[in-house]
Amino acid sequence: MDAVLFFLFAGIALAGAINLIRESHPIYSALSLVAVMGALAGLYLMLGAEFIAVVQIIVYAGAIMVLFVFVLMLVNAAPEVKLDRSKMAKNVGPPLLTLLLVEIVAVLRGKYPTSDLVHPSLLSGDNTRQIGKLLFSKFLLPFEVTSILILVAIMGAVVLGKRRPDDSR
Amino acid sequence: MIPVSWYLILSAVLFVLGVAGFLIKRNVITVFMSIELMLNAVNLSFVAFGYMLGDYNAHIFVFFVMVVAAAEAAVGLAIIMLMYHNRKSLNVDDIELLKF
Amino acid sequence: METTTPQLWILPALPLLGAAINGFFGKRQSRAFIGGVACSTVGLAFLYAVYLFFTAGVGDTPRIDYIAPWISAGSFHADFSLYLDPLSMLMTLVVTGVGFLIHVYATEYMAHEDGFYRFFCYLNLFMFFMLTLVLAGNYLLLFVGWEGVGLCSYLLIGFYYLKQSAIIAGKKAFVVNRIGDFGFTLAMLLIIGTAGSLDYGTVFKAFQNAPVENGVGAVTIICLLLMMGACGKSAQVPLYVWLPDAMEGPTPVSALIHAATMVTAGVYMVARSSHLFVKSPVAMEVVAVIGCITCIFAATIGLVQTDIKRVLAYSTVSQLGYMFLGCGVGAFSAGVFHLMTHAFFKALLFLGAGSVITAMHHEQEMGAMGGLRKKIPTTFMTMLLACLAISGIPPFAGFFSKDEILWSAWHNGHPWLWLGGSITAGMTAFYMFRLLFLTFFGEPRSDHAQHAHESPSTMTVPLICLAVLSVIGGWIGVPKALGGSAHFEHFLEPSLARVPVEFSAYARASGSDPIDIPRPNPEPAEPEEPGAERLFSLIAVVIGASGIGLAYYAYVVKPETGQKLSAQFHGAYRVLLNKYYVDELYEVLFLKSTTAVSREVLWHAVDETVIDGAANGVGSTARAMGGFARLMQSGFIRSYAAWVLFGAVGALFYMILQWAK
Repeated sequence: MDAVLFFLFAGIALAGAINLIRESHPIYSALSLVAVMGALAGLYLMLGAEFIAVVQIIVYAGAIMVLFVFVLMLVNAAPEVKLDRSKMAKNVGPPLLTLLLVEIVAVLRGKYPTSDLVHPSLLSGDNTRQIGKLLFSKFLLPFEVTSILILVAIMGAVVLGKRRPDDSR
Repeated sequence: MIPVSWYLILSAVLFVLGVAGFLIKRNVITVFMSIELMLNAVNLSFVAFGYMLGDYNAHIFVFFVMVVAAAEAAVGLAIIMLMYHNRKSLNVDDIELLKF
Repeated sequence: METTTPQLWILPALPLLGAAINGFFGKRQSRAFIGGVACSTVGLAFLYAVYLFFTAGVGDTPRIDYIAPWISAGSFHADFSLYLDPLSMLMTLVVTGVGFLIHVYATEYMAHEDGFYRFFCYLNLFMFFMLTLVLAGNYLLLFVGWEGVGLCSYLLIGFYYLKQSAIIAGKKAFVVNRIGDFGFTLAMLLIIGTAGSLDYGTVFKAFQNAPVENGVGAVTIICLLLMMGACGKSAQVPLYVWLPDAMEGPTPVSALIHAATMVTAGVYMVARSSHLFVKSPVAMEVVAVIGCITCIFAATIGLVQTDIKRVLAYSTVSQLGYMFLGCGVGAFSAGVFHLMTHAFFKALLFLGAGSVITAMHHEQEMGAMGGLRKKIPTTFMTMLLACLAISGIPPFAGFFSKDEILWSAWHNGHPWLWLGGSITAGMTAFYMFRLLFLTFFGEPRSDHAQHAHESPSTMTVPLICLAVLSVIGGWIGVPKALGGSAHFEHFLEPSLARVPVEFSAYARASGSDPIDIPRPNPEPAEPEEPGAERLFSLIAVVIGASGIGLAYYAYVVKPETGQKLSAQFHGAYRVLLNKYYVDELYEVLFLKSTTAVSREVLWHAVDETVIDGAANGVGSTARAMGGFARLMQSGFIRSYAAWVLFGAVGALFYMILQWAK
């Protein structure tokens, strides 16, 4: 059962990711990414991370992707024009990508050959409570700093968005 | 039981696909989405490790990554809007002012 | 003990205070205030020095006033500490006493000059540095004062900074002094290397125990380098050239800095280092010979100069040569004695010359003077006394000190040096009285001379004070052979080293002296041969008197003699008038050659090819490499991403390699 679910979600995620690259119109890419995120939320659930899974759906698939789609609508995005100006990316990119994948897999295989080290028992069921406790004790300062970061981001977005084309030099 | 390494390899594949998207896609919004894909791939490995080690700190990490991603998306998309207004183009190959 | 500790820091602090007040606030103050501040600070310093002299009881052991730590590096220490022993006590008295009189004089002399406050600020600053120099407790602090007085000298020579020649003279003094300072600095480093310290006490103790050096060794090199410094500061051959030009400064400056005090710093330093010098016969010989050469050399130039201040300048150089001659033959106390008497009568001569120049409306050529005797009688009388003193006529001050130097030269086995010194004594008497006769006798040779007026009392009173000192100043050091008790020598005894007995043995063995004089007494204050000493005094007096007589004949009885002589010995006269062409020689030897080498070798060869080449090479190499590297910066975001990817792959690869090990 687990294996079936895993392969289902993993398949959706991979298909979505590949489709993201394959599609030429950004709106399809965006929808593919939503699919990837949904699949990942499922995987999180399988890994005992209910809180993360829910936040993944709400924040990522919900808020962030809506923002993307919104911008796509605003800029009236068309299918992309395939200019090949970067010889570097064109020629060196694919072999490097392959190498990267090989290397990462090699590291993973070398370091974690088996899954014997799994201790899921340590994760109790109430992980939202655990995360809340951690956030407001051990990670209180980063948590507060995060709020400032978000505030700054909001202000930055407002400032950038306010400028009209004719304002700029 | 699914071995954790499977999750990790899935994460690696997704990450490399994100990098590939970054390299291949010309539309700046899609490039941005590729970055989000990379972040998600890393999040997956965090959660997988947290599962393996039985540690909630991993979840906190993911949480922060999401927050930062949200902030980044807000600012980044604002920049993209501005770029579109100024250059009437979303193609990254059209933006080459940083040239030597 | 605590109560008697002298507060030595007050001495230099007073003039410094004066300099600060005048320097910072003087611009808006009245001249009376400025002059009052300057004179009173120096006067107070003098009074305090007198007080110290009578109360502090300068004894056998020097009093050391430790003020503050300064440099402390490893085992090396140099502190702000002041050092009072008979030698520095004497110097302090002379510097503050003569300095005070000159300050008073200057308030009148400079009364109508611009930059009044600046002048007195510099003058007080000079007093501060001079007292630092004199009272310093180690060589490094002495060097601070040494450089400080050099600075003030430079500033004051160039006081009339709108006058091109004054600026050039100031620069010349500075540069020439730098050569000497170079030697002094090296000497200090060697002293640190040898004795491990610069504190007088430590250094002297270290050298006292050292054996006398036959030949040239560390001690000799140190002494020669010290002498090099002294040559620069005290205007000895070959570094004397700056002093005559220094006469561009105001006359009180010439009197204070370039006659009475600063230029004697070299003598002071040699006397202070007497414990070092007595260990090196070679260095002593060099000091004596340089002194002798200088005194003859400068005296011959002085014979024909026509500018009143220049005559005095060369006379100063010549007298400084005497002091070194005295030190070099082992009579340190005689050298210092002459330093003191010279300070009196040479300051007087300069101030008198200043008075003459004022009366003559700033005319300095003696050819335009004449007949001033009746117009400015006070100046004439005082200058007459000074001339008698410098000519070595008893019982004036110069007689005793000069006589002692000459006697020591003979007595310690240097007959040739004695001969040189004696000839110089004759020439000194001649040119001093030539100056006197040309200035004060005969008929007035210009309108200014016709209408000259005596200077006000602020100028004449210092003249009179100095005249008194010029007369009686020598009485404290009357040698025993002449019925005195040599107070002076006894007073200075704790400060100065005595020439060891091995010395003459060395002199005999090396054969440098043709005459074998049985070597003297460990106690020079008790002459074995009073008869001989009296004889030599007599010879000196005769020589001096004949010089005066000759001058009287040549410039008063038959005033045309001078013309005739110069016509007859035209060549020699030209050479002397042009100061042996030393300035021209130096210009060709050092200036032109240095410039040529600098231009051709250093500039065109070294600078343009090597240094510029290296600098440009670095630039063009970086540029070329940048030109290659900039190809990376294609401006395409995707290219950058590919580069990042490249880096990531490389880093991972490296990590895998590390794990694989």
